[in-house]
Amino acid sequence: MTLNRLLSDDLPRSKILTAILLTLFVLLALAPFIAPGVNALSVAAKILIFIVLVASFDLLLGYTGIVSFAHTMFFGIGAYGVAIACSRWGATWLNLGLGIATALVLSVLLALAIGLFSLRVRAIFFAMITLAIASAFQTLASQLSEITGGEDGLNFSLPDMLASGYMYVEQPIFGVSISGRFVTYYILFAAALAMVLALLRIVNSPFGRVLQAIRENEFRAEAIGYRVVMYRTISSVLSALFATMAGVMLALWLRYNGPDTSLSFEIMLDVLLIVVIGGMGTIYGSVIGAVLFVVAQSYLQDLLKLGSDAASGLPWLAALLSPDRWLLWLGVLFVLSVYYFPNGIVGRLRNRAAGL
Amino acid sequence: MSNTITSGAPAKPSIDFDWKPLLLVPLLAMLALPLIGSPSTWLTLTVAGLAMGMIIFVIASGLTLVFGLMDVLNFGHGVFIALGAFVATTVLGVMPGWAASPELWRNLIAVFAAMLVAMAVAGAVGLAFERVLVRPVYGQHLKQILITMGGMIIGEELIKVIWGPQQIPLMLPEGLRGAVIVGDAAIEKFRLLAVLLGGLVFVALAWVLTRTKIGLLVRAGVENGEMVESLGYRIRRLFIAVFVVGSALAGTGGVMWGLYQQTVTPQMGAQVNILIFIVIIIGGLGSTGGALIGALLVGLMANYTGFLAPKVALFSNIALMVAILLWRPRGVYPVANR
Repeated sequence: MTLNRLLSDDLPRSKILTAILLTLFVLLALAPFIAPGVNALSVAAKILIFIVLVASFDLLLGYTGIVSFAHTMFFGIGAYGVAIACSRWGATWLNLGLGIATALVLSVLLALAIGLFSLRVRAIFFAMITLAIASAFQTLASQLSEITGGEDGLNFSLPDMLASGYMYVEQPIFGVSISGRFVTYYILFAAALAMVLALLRIVNSPFGRVLQAIRENEFRAEAIGYRVVMYRTISSVLSALFATMAGVMLALWLRYNGPDTSLSFEIMLDVLLIVVIGGMGTIYGSVIGAVLFVVAQSYLQDLLKLGSDAASGLPWLAALLSPDRWLLWLGVLFVLSVYYFPNGIVGRLRNRAAGL
Repeated sequence: MSNTITSGAPAKPSIDFDWKPLLLVPLLAMLALPLIGSPSTWLTLTVAGLAMGMIIFVIASGLTLVFGLMDVLNFGHGVFIALGAFVATTVLGVMPGWAASPELWRNLIAVFAAMLVAMAVAGAVGLAFERVLVRPVYGQHLKQILITMGGMIIGEELIKVIWGPQQIPLMLPEGLRGAVIVGDAAIEKFRLLAVLLGGLVFVALAWVLTRTKIGLLVRAGVENGEMVESLGYRIRRLFIAVFVVGSALAGTGGVMWGLYQQTVTPQMGAQVNILIFIVIIIGGLGSTGGALIGALLVGLMANYTGFLAPKVALFSNIALMVAILLWRPRGVYPVANR
């Protein structure tokens, strides 16, 4: 019963899906104990960050049915908020909080301005306008080097209690030292869990139902008496807020931020791909998609390298399979999944469970 | 007016031409003059802006027609720009004697040859793009945006496979380099050529659209596609033709853009794409005349702010778009029904 409430009555509705989600939950919850290595833990943290980022994008794309290309802009604002506050003002908890608050306020204002402006005119403008604004913002961030550190980005330190040298307990527990790094991981884990549950709550609330009604038939929703522009704008503001928090998580983990780590268009494409593969309009899809993608990203390039070496006899095939061209294969995968896999993994599993 | 009535001749229906947007271009140029100060610098910048605007127009005209006619929002339009520019580097590369010759007519033939080949290649790829990517997702905006964006990435990566990921210099032929001196102002020769070519494309498009049967059908299709279909015309074929022509124009524009910047990079398509979106939003989706005005405004704005305040240059075009949309929310020349 409590679980039902916690998940806002939006259960996975498929035994396989439930099993996968439970496994992932346990793995992520115990990651510092299962894989104590630095790299493995970074992969787990990256998965947590992407889960929040993608789930927040799903609110916009999957539930409201509008495409934004400025999602990484809000991701970047969150990361820069922490980075600038901690590197310019000093690494204290107060500054960290101030940085996060400033980032959230800036995101709300920007999302509100973009939403009210472009959604009021025509929803189709939204995709084009966000694309233009995101690219202008990215260039601005690398140009204002006095504030943002330019192309080099910012390295910064966090309050001592989060530093990897800070030990909470003298002796390691189960072979894992309880350092600031360990604590940071669990902060990220708790934040990701809370935000995914919050998003589930939002999309299953009456507000979320209206968003889905707008997605299915804008005209009819308007005719029933819902103010479509307001709902769409609020949805884009909410999604921007969650994306900003994902950016904060990224900065907490990396202790570094630059244009390429949080603002680049490639991250936007990754987010699009994960949403489509995981399943649009199912918050759970972001969990499965993010895990699959982050793991595949690490191995796809190795796989391509193998293929490229094997095809060295045919230069053009080797060029196609070169690890530098992995974006090409990502693009092909993206197009194919939009065509043949529009409901994503979660949609497939649910259809199977429902006997469709 | 009273004359026509008393003479008894049937009064011709006067065409209500909306001239206000036309004034925007000279207005922007006049506003910039006192800010820049020196008239010769202003003249140089204005010609540069007009040239850039004309090139952008050549690229944007195809996109706005495709949207207007078939309600297809093509995020992959930028690929044809980059493709055209890269084809031009190859074409100019195989005829070095013509491009490096000191005689102007040989240079012009080299440039036109490059444009023709770029047009043909971009048109052919456009045909495939429409068949493979756009056709299956008719009438679904969300999927169109996603699919054409995917097509853009694939196209960009394929260009990197063929021509390599680095930027390639695209030198102007010998006779087109340098500048003409007018008073104190230096005006680059190629910019004049670009204005001329852009003007030609506009006139040709306007002629086809207003004076031929095909043009009539295209305009009718933009207004009300179903009605055209019910009269027995196959609007699908018309659409494919417009898509191919639009892609070919983007290819040509890409050659001009490459020559204007003197380098080509695989990412140039994505960069120009953003300018083009701003242009067609300003112009009103589906309107060719609006695209021309939007392109000229964007070109002028980019050059003026690039000179006055380089750091805000990026946001100037967005600000311009916001200002125009506040005045006319559907663009300067809104097209019916969409």
